[in-house]
Amino acid sequence: MAQTMVQVNNVFKSYWRDTMEIPVLRSISFDIPEGEFVALMGPSGSGKTTLLNLLAGIDRPTQGNVTVAGSQISGLSDSSLARWRHDNIGFIFQFYNLIPVLTAFENVELPLLLTKLSKAERKKQVELALGIVGLADRMKHYPNQLSGGQEQRVAIARAIVTDPNVILADEPTGDLDKKSAEDIMELLSQLNAQYKKTIVMVTHDPRAAEKAHIIRRLDKGELVNGDGAR
Amino acid sequence: MPKLLGYSYKNSFARKLTSILTLSGISLVVFVFSAVLMLSNGLKETLVATGSDTNAIVVRKAANTELVSLVGRSQSDVVKTDKGIARAADGTPLFANEILVLISQPKRSNNDPSNVPVRGISDGSMKIRPNIKLIEGRMFNPGTSEIIAGKKVAGNFQGCGLGETVRFGMRDWTVVGLFDGAGSGFESELWGDVDQLMAAFERPVFSSLTFAIDPAYNIAEIEERLENDSRLQVDVLPEKEYYRLQSATFSTFINILGVAISVIFSLGAIVGAMITMYAGVANRTVEIGTLRALGFSRSSILGAFLFECLFIAIVGGLIGIGLAFFLQLVEVSTTNFDTFAELAFSFRMSPTIAIDAMIFSVIMGLLGGFLPAVRASRLRIVQALKTR
Ligand SMILES: Nc1ncnc2c1ncn2[C@@H]1O[C@H](COP(=O)(O)OP(=O)(O)O)[C@@H](O)[C@H]1O
Ligand SMILES: [Mg+2]
Repeated sequence: MAQTMVQVNNVFKSYWRDTMEIPVLRSISFDIPEGEFVALMGPSGSGKTTLLNLLAGIDRPTQGNVTVAGSQISGLSDSSLARWRHDNIGFIFQFYNLIPVLTAFENVELPLLLTKLSKAERKKQVELALGIVGLADRMKHYPNQLSGGQEQRVAIARAIVTDPNVILADEPTGDLDKKSAEDIMELLSQLNAQYKKTIVMVTHDPRAAEKAHIIRRLDKGELVNGDGAR
Repeated sequence: MPKLLGYSYKNSFARKLTSILTLSGISLVVFVFSAVLMLSNGLKETLVATGSDTNAIVVRKAANTELVSLVGRSQSDVVKTDKGIARAADGTPLFANEILVLISQPKRSNNDPSNVPVRGISDGSMKIRPNIKLIEGRMFNPGTSEIIAGKKVAGNFQGCGLGETVRFGMRDWTVVGLFDGAGSGFESELWGDVDQLMAAFERPVFSSLTFAIDPAYNIAEIEERLENDSRLQVDVLPEKEYYRLQSATFSTFINILGVAISVIFSLGAIVGAMITMYAGVANRTVEIGTLRALGFSRSSILGAFLFECLFIAIVGGLIGIGLAFFLQLVEVSTTNFDTFAELAFSFRMSPTIAIDAMIFSVIMGLLGGFLPAVRASRLRIVQALKTR
């Protein structure tokens, strides 16, 4: 039995508009074992991104606990949380979110700037990560010199370069053509199968979700299939 | 060590137009700031070069300048015999009694009259000022209406060039030689025979006495002896100190005016930098959210934006200082407030000025970048990432 990587315990999340409370997530509880590949599906506005942000430690639950890789992140201070994110999470965005003034190499190197690694060690890691995503020959390219699919692969390299415990992806194929989307899904599967990364991926695309082992569905802020088996 | 230096650096010059605008604003201010300091520095250097460390000057008590000083022949004779005065090989004291008067003469450039100092010099004058060298023509003949002209006054004023004549004291004076004064204020003077000039201006007394100090004595001792001599009623100053005081009011004026102008200009540059940086923060909200999501702290973001503005300011500062450097080729000729005499001098750069100007631009960068950087660091990650 694999260890539990992510534990979500009775989480509520609300936003406030002026004095009006807008409940977004209600009573969410689930576990993700280490090494799993989970797809999070559901209609727009159902709270998928909000949930993913809670797992990533870039937002805090209104109520309840989130434990990832053994840390109960709701209890961390802002600065410890930043550090924790760096050490544990690789985040992949729908629109890649690469830094336009930095090359592919420099984008991937960014998270390593927060480590004590020497320049040479960083270079080795970056080359390794870009090698895994198949872009070793595009290191000096700027984001605007890359296709969408290539940009997303650079973003994936950036997410894995720190060897995080969990990879979180918010609609990683949402902005890509069919072929590129397939390539990205292939890559994520490979990261899961070969490198044993725990992956939580928000997606609308049923074909993308097929690659996952578990599908969780959200509707109006609640999990609908309790056990999560496909 | 800020972690996002490379990021800051690349962003500084990523948006060319806005960066160039900010850059020009800052370099302009730094240019003005340096120019002012260089002007007052040039003034000081010229006047300090005029004085020598080994000379002392004697003026009437409380007379701040030679122009208002009167020293009689009997006082001159007393001073001349002081034991602290150095002597030439033949035993004569290295001593000069001189008069200094102002004449009004039109400038070559615009025909406007301005005050030219005319110095009557005595036998010792050239000996105590070894940095004065005749470069063209010859020395004036004593007892005649001949004069020599400092090279700057020769260039700037009508009638003062070699072979020309200039009229004052009811006589025509012919310029028979030009001298170089090693960048000193003497280059802005006309020199003639002291006795001839006293006669022409009907002045029976000298303006000042200058002598070389015998190295065996120190100036403080001579000063005390002469200033306490009840027959004399004089002030004795090291010559360098005297000429430094000749620029005090004027250089203070230039500094105050210049710094005030620079500070006012700098407000514009700071606001400009601030606008650029605020726009940068607004355009890069998603980027900031992304960096924070990757694990960069609020302070890293603050530092990144501060450094971004700082890089622009540093480059702007270097450009401003670089441009100001060329001002050294420009010579200014204007009336010294302390003496009312026309004085020619140049803009002079110095390491201190360059450092001050750099500090000034760094301060502008920090002030301009601070608030936008704070805004960037305060963005909430989730909100920032949602911006499109
Ligand atoms: N900052 C916010 N303030 C108010 N409401 C928000 C905020 N962020 C998200 N919401 C609301 O929460 C709901 C869930 O949003 P989200 O998690 O982005 O949904 P999904 O990713 O499933 O499309 C939506 O109704 C959205 O309008
Ligand atoms: Mg979403």
